[in-house]
Order: sequence, then C-alpha cells, then structure tokens
Amino acid sequence: MTDNKKGSWLTVALLTPTSMWFLFMLVMPMIVVVIFSFGERSAVGGYVASFTFDQYANLPARLKAFTNTLTFAPIGTFLSLIIAYPLAYYLAVKVDRRWRLLLLVLVIVPFWTSLLIRTYAWIFILGGRGIPTLLEFIGLEGIRMINTPFAVYVGIVYGYLPLMVFPIYVSLEKLDKNLLEASNDLGGTPWRTFMQVTLPLSMPGVATGCMLVFILLMGEFLIPAFLGGGKIFFLGNALVDLFVQSRNWPFGSALAVTLVIIMVVTVSLYMRLTLGGKNGRDQSLM
Amino acid sequence: MRLYSIAVYLFLYIPIGIIVLFSFNSGRHASDFQGLSTMWYGKALSNPFVMESLVTSLIIAFAAATLSSLTGTAAALALQRMRGPMRVLFDGLIYISITIPGIVIGITTLVALVTAFDIVNPILADMWPEGVKPPKLSLGYASVIAAHTLFTMSLVIVLVRARIAGMDRALIEASTDLYATPWRTFYQITLPQIFPAIMAGFLLSFTFSFDDFIISFFVAGPNTTLPIYVFSSIRRGITPEVNAIGTIVLAFSLILLVTAQFLLRARNERK
Repeated sequence: MTDNKKGSWLTVALLTPTSMWFLFMLVMPMIVVVIFSFGERSAVGGYVASFTFDQYANLPARLKAFTNTLTFAPIGTFLSLIIAYPLAYYLAVKVDRRWRLLLLVLVIVPFWTSLLIRTYAWIFILGGRGIPTLLEFIGLEGIRMINTPFAVYVGIVYGYLPLMVFPIYVSLEKLDKNLLEASNDLGGTPWRTFMQVTLPLSMPGVATGCMLVFILLMGEFLIPAFLGGGKIFFLGNALVDLFVQSRNWPFGSALAVTLVIIMVVTVSLYMRLTLGGKNGRDQSLM
Repeated sequence: MRLYSIAVYLFLYIPIGIIVLFSFNSGRHASDFQGLSTMWYGKALSNPFVMESLVTSLIIAFAAATLSSLTGTAAALALQRMRGPMRVLFDGLIYISITIPGIVIGITTLVALVTAFDIVNPILADMWPEGVKPPKLSLGYASVIAAHTLFTMSLVIVLVRARIAGMDRALIEASTDLYATPWRTFYQITLPQIFPAIMAGFLLSFTFSFDDFIISFFVAGPNTTLPIYVFSSIRRGITPEVNAIGTIVLAFSLILLVTAQFLLRARNERK
C-alpha cells in the first residue's frame, strides 16, 4: 500500500512539468485563440472582448487563401506520394541490407535540416539565373519558373518527400516477403502481385505519410512565400499577414481556428479509414 | 528502380550542394560563379548582426534541448507504467504537439502570452514600490524556449519511450531481487540503457530549435534568431553571404543529425 502510494506520488512529480507545458503552452493558448475569434477589433487594431460571429462571417474575404491551400495541399501530398513510393519500395524490398541504414539516414537527414535554407536553394535554382539561363543555352528562351505553381510544387515535394518516404518504408519493411513469393508461385504477374499484395499491405504507411504531409502543408508559410512570389499564398501567409503585418488578431484567430478545424476533420477521417493508425509521426521521423 | 532512386537522391542533395558551392564564390553576385574563395564566410562571421543572432539561436536551442531532455525523460518514465484514461489523454496531447504545424503553435502562443502579459504587467506595476521601475514581462528568449519545448519535449518522450519498451526487463527484476533500491536500479540499470535515446532526443531537439523559423517569427519579440535574420536578408535580396550562413547552418545540423541517427539505430542494428 505505502509502496504503491509512493509510486503514484513519483508518477505525479515526474509528469508535472510536462502537464504544465501542455496546459499553459497548448490547451490554454488554444482556448484564448478561440475566445479571440469571437471578439472584435478595436479602432487601433487591438482586441475588444465581445461575442460575435462577425470574424467568421468575414472569412470569405480570404477565400483565395483557402482555395489555394486546399488545392496545393492535396495535390502536393499526392505528388510527394507518387515520387516517394518507389523509393520507399526500393529501400525496403530491393536494397542490400548493408546499405539500408545509410540510405535511410540520407533520406531522413534533409527533413531535419533547415526548411528555410532548403527552400531558399530553390529560389536560387529556379530564379532568373538558374535553370532558365541553362535552358537559354539550348535555345529555350523566356521560360519563367520562379513564382509559378510549378515552383511551389517543386518546393513542396522537396520539403516533404522524406516525411512521406519513411512511414511507407516502415510498412513495406514489415511486409512478409513470403507473401510476394507465394503470389509469384501462384502465377501472379509482378504487376498483379504489387496491386493485390504489396500495395494493400502498405496502405497504413501511405495513409500516415499522406496525413502528416497534408497537415503540415495546410500550415505552410515559407514555400509559397519564397517560391510563389506573393501570387500564390496559403492560409499560412494570410495568418502571418494578419498577426504580424496588419495586426487584426480577432480575424486572424477566426482563420486559425478554421484551419485547426479542417485539420482535425482530416485527422479524424484518417483515423476512421485506417485501423491501427495510432503511431503516426511517432515512428515516421526517427 | 535503382536509377530512379539515384535520381531522387540527386534531387534531395543537389540543391544543398549548390548552396555549398556558391558559398565559396569569390564574385560579388550570388548567382555568378567567379572562382573559389572563403571571402563570404569572413564577411558573414564579422557581421555583428549575424553573430548576435547566431548566439541568440544557440542559447535558445541549448535551453530548449536541455529542458526537453529532462522533462521529456521524466514524463516517459512516468507514462511507462500508466494505463487508463490519463494515459490516453497524455498520448493524445503528445501526438497533437508533434503533429501540429509550427504556425499554429506560433500564433496561439503569441496571442496567449500577450494576453497574459497585459493582465500581469499592471498587477506587477501596482505591487512594486513607488519610484522603482517595475519588471515588465514581454516576449523574448523565454517565450521562444517555451514554445519550442512543447514540440521537442514530446519528441523526447516518444524517443525515450520507444527505448524503454525495447529494454531488457529481466535486468530490472534481477536488480530488484538483489535488493537494490529503486533509485539505484534506475541509476545503474535503466539510465545507461535509455541514455542513447535521451542524447538523440537532445540533439534532435537542438536541431529543431536551431532551425525553426516560423515559431520564433511569431514569439521572439524584439530578438532575432539566425533563421529570422536569414529570412529577412533573403527578402532584401540574395547575397553570397546568405549562402555562407546557410552552409554553416546545414553543416552544423548535419553533424548533430547524423550523430543522433546513429545513436538511435546503432543498438537496433546489432540485434
């Protein structure tokens, strides 16, 4: 009895700092933002306590940011998926065990290095004196790459590819190789084996990767800011504008709350669609 | 298949290579390669704004990583024995903290802290004696460290918990059977086994905090971290100086990351 009691005191003590963090840095700030989103903006730009849906009613003013985000995020996620899948498959099934760790680390490492610098690199490459200059040498003149949807998609795939490869790799690696052989022995063509055995069994990884990339893209700011040149802006860019430049916090809060709701709906859908989806980014980054 | 994979690796690493190459450019223009020189490194490192923001970033990253390693490890140890609704609650919060985009953390922290300061500062001013300047809470180092720690602490919990799960239970039972105190069991059996995970957590936390732009952008107040400095100089135009700073930042994170990856994997592979 006393031993048990001591144990539970220890548990509480060990969890106190973490609980404080979750309470004061996550839960309470969320509540404050929700309260702000029902408030009004004062003449000088501050917040006036109130209970109105005006901010939400005003959301269509930023419709373009919504439509852009909800176009680029799903398409960007899909592009990352189709580029990541073959690599994940290669790493999990084909490559020699000796090289696997090294090759895997090489995929993960870029994800953890500065997204800022990596996105900046593409300003450099796609900008006036990068690839377009090279294309001029072979006679293709006047091709503009930076500040186009193409540039934004390149930035998205470049930034989030590693996050897509890893969960797919994990699910493919767990796959029982005997199943592939069995399918072969039973006369399945490689294509049929892939469609009927490999792909369905790797779906948890695909779903996890897609969800993680999609959520992060919904909040993306840097990629459209650097590669979209002000013409292609996401919700993240609208939020930076509202909180940092034009300082309309109540409206910004309504936008942020809406963004979080869209993300929560996506995650719940994902949880429903895939069973055993409890280890998302848990196992996908490390 | 093999060619395809090589192409993807090239896609991942060529942009990084280009930044590194052009950081050694001796020309005055960023995209006009004229010859090798380390001139821009000298320029970057003698720029007081760069050095100041670098020091700010290092202090914040070190504080966030240290805090996360301690609190995250403590929480992972406590959660390991926990079951029931509290466990579900904590798992949910950890999951949310890791998955949520940085911009949402930045905004919520900014709004909540500014609101809290608006309430606390007048009270502090009242409490202080006449004539003495009362302390004024504002955004700065502490707010960035606290906001980064939300993510990095959860990261350490996940890493350490995975290591605890893979630990050899028999050793702990043996230690208890041999009448070791719980503290001694922890210190001599558990800690050495989970230490690589804690170190990896520290390094990944450090890297995350050092590289973060968006959270700091919202809550750093008047302080400038290195990513904020780089962001505003890119906005002003590309110079080879940015390439040099970028290369330093990349090299720095690469070293920490590769160390972390090998700390995490070394033991798993040996099995």
